[in-house]
Amino acid sequence: MTGSLIIFFVLAALAVLAAVSLILQRHPIHSALSLIVVMVALAGLYLLMGAEFVAAVQIIVYGGAVMVLFVFVIMLLNAGEEERTNFSKLATFGGIPLALGLSGIIAAAIARSSGQLPTPTAAAEGTLSSTRQLSMMLFKDFVYPFELTSFLILVAILGAIVLAQREN
Amino acid sequence: MVPTNYYLILSAILFGLGVLAFVFKRNVITIFMAIELMLNAVNLAFVAFSRAMGKSDGEVFVLFVIIVAAAEAAVGLGIIILTARNRRSLNVERVDLLKL
Repeated sequence: MTGSLIIFFVLAALAVLAAVSLILQRHPIHSALSLIVVMVALAGLYLLMGAEFVAAVQIIVYGGAVMVLFVFVIMLLNAGEEERTNFSKLATFGGIPLALGLSGIIAAAIARSSGQLPTPTAAAEGTLSSTRQLSMMLFKDFVYPFELTSFLILVAILGAIVLAQREN
Repeated sequence: MVPTNYYLILSAILFGLGVLAFVFKRNVITIFMAIELMLNAVNLAFVAFSRAMGKSDGEVFVLFVIIVAAAEAAVGLGIIILTARNRRSLNVERVDLLKL
């Protein structure tokens, strides 16, 4: 077993355990902390794949900005423990079979494609997804979508301010 | 070297856990976090495919997904604050005006 495989399994186990903890925790602040662990583990996996810039953005934007926003709202609304209610019939009889069916379809697709996906060689990894190449692509091939996202962010900020302000 | 399949399996597991959390949780903020978990799982699949194909397109898509998720979090949490102020509860069972 090589070193990268060991690192992969440690980070993958960490991510799955934290995701299970997100479901089992009753208090939303504990769920938020579990989600931060998932995101940091995924950032480690991106580093393992040689995508350094994506790993940095994952930590800064997801782990930093978005989760701070979540924790802020949880504390602002003084969210307490989740109250247990009876599961709706739709969730029990429709949701669980549909979730299992979705997992089954995804698993079947992965199993079918197992031999067709190329495993990258050690030399190609890291050089191909360098930050330089990524920025060239972002500012040449995807420059219009990139500029549109700044507009999207502006609209989202305005929408959040309009939604959250108190009516006078 | 980690095979691409392993990343895809991990991505599918995380996505499934996100769906389960989305169905079972009753707190609207936790449901929102489940959506973020599913987006993260998809991002992992994107980067894994990008690495397998030897192209950077997938990583650019991941950046776009992260940008849209940040915008979505800002608007969604604004809506959550509004509903929590109006209904005085974070339980989704109590937001039932459109229910039959």
